[in-house]
Amino acid sequence: MNAKAPPAVQLAGSSVGVLAAMKGVFARDMKVAFRQRQDLLNPLLFFIMVVTLFPLGVSPEVSFLREAGAGILWVAALLSVLLSLDHLFRHDFDDGTLEQLVLQPQPLFLLILAKTMAHWMLTGLPLVILTPVLGVMVHLDGNSIAVLCLTLLIGTPVLSLIGAIGAALTLGLRSAGVLLSLLIIPLYIPVLIFGTGTVAAAAEGATVGAYLALMGAFLMLAVTLAPFAAAAALKISLSNG
Amino acid sequence: MQRMHRPDFGALMSEPLLQAVNLQCERDQRILFRELSFSILPGTVTRVEGPNGSGKTTLLRILAGLNHGWSGELNWCGASVAGQREVFLRNMLYLGHRPGIKSLLTPMENLRALMAGRRPVSDVTLSQALQGTGLAGYENVPCRNLSAGQQRRVALARLLVADEPLWLLDEVFTAIDADGVKALEALLQQRAAEGGAVLVTTHHDLALPGMHRLVLGAGGVTDER
Repeated sequence: MNAKAPPAVQLAGSSVGVLAAMKGVFARDMKVAFRQRQDLLNPLLFFIMVVTLFPLGVSPEVSFLREAGAGILWVAALLSVLLSLDHLFRHDFDDGTLEQLVLQPQPLFLLILAKTMAHWMLTGLPLVILTPVLGVMVHLDGNSIAVLCLTLLIGTPVLSLIGAIGAALTLGLRSAGVLLSLLIIPLYIPVLIFGTGTVAAAAEGATVGAYLALMGAFLMLAVTLAPFAAAAALKISLSNG
Repeated sequence: MQRMHRPDFGALMSEPLLQAVNLQCERDQRILFRELSFSILPGTVTRVEGPNGSGKTTLLRILAGLNHGWSGELNWCGASVAGQREVFLRNMLYLGHRPGIKSLLTPMENLRALMAGRRPVSDVTLSQALQGTGLAGYENVPCRNLSAGQQRRVALARLLVADEPLWLLDEVFTAIDADGVKALEALLQQRAAEGGAVLVTTHHDLALPGMHRLVLGAGGVTDER
């Protein structure tokens, strides 16, 4: 290079494609999570503990557990997702990674979608995988367990996506935990009602197609709208930080 | 430090890259600055000066588009930043107080993740950049095992592979040793010679030949050469 070159600089060319950038965000989150495995285990242990303590605390009767089992599992799953939400953006906020994420040239909502997908793979999906075991433990029959897994498979991504909005909104606050729960729980209630309702309908032998379609609609709504809301909330939180 | 990325001198530009017109920012019912107008030309290093709390960091965050609590006008290459946010973000590199380094990842993984959203860079180039910042041998050590200065150097390694014409650097000299400071000064100067524009805040005694100064103060704002 000639050191006496005229002072000129070329504007940077087009940036990396959206998909490659999303992959980068996803890969980093997965890598960080697997370097810190105890954080991954926390929501899982919580899930298992709540489900095991219920029969001890209320009643070990088969009839009771068969009736309440699906509800117990759904509530436990919902709460353990809620527990993990604060981590979604907090560490990134503290170390400045979030600033760099917002300053990436790609649309922020897509990057957040990638982040939320990683969050679901690390919290929601393990819960779904554990559900058959815990379902047997609370005496659910095979058909109910299958439907329960299906509802959790559709429902837990919704929980992560809605949760991302709350986590982004409460990011700048010092004691975000309580407020996050207050904000998010009301939005979780419809998912919970339809999730447990589907399993109840299946147990009575009704067809669950319509229920599952409704849950699918929840998921579509969350995938298309929640990242926008979370992105807007993040920008506000960072602006004050 | 030797830059890995050599911009090619295709488009000669003398118009300002970034132009601020009548910027005003109020924080906690206190006006940090008002009627602040300046232009950042290609090939210049501008040092933002002022006492603690005078709004240096806030100004840089406003320019980067992180802070929204301001009024006025910001133009990128003659047109409003708001209308071409993607272009602007692609051409601007911001390094803040918090370096954006994950302590659980290695310098290599961190750099790879930071570049993932910008432009494809080969691992060879990235490890050269890390060596260039004095991190040879530390490429695969988790960053939490590195010292504060070394962690900063991981963030600085990005400058060696950056192709963005505008750099906004907030307190980059923090925790860097004397040799590192010298290398960084040389890097900024080299960047200006290449035609890039650098805006830097620091309490370190930075004096580069031809450096512009932008002074923020309690009494008012002056914009001087």
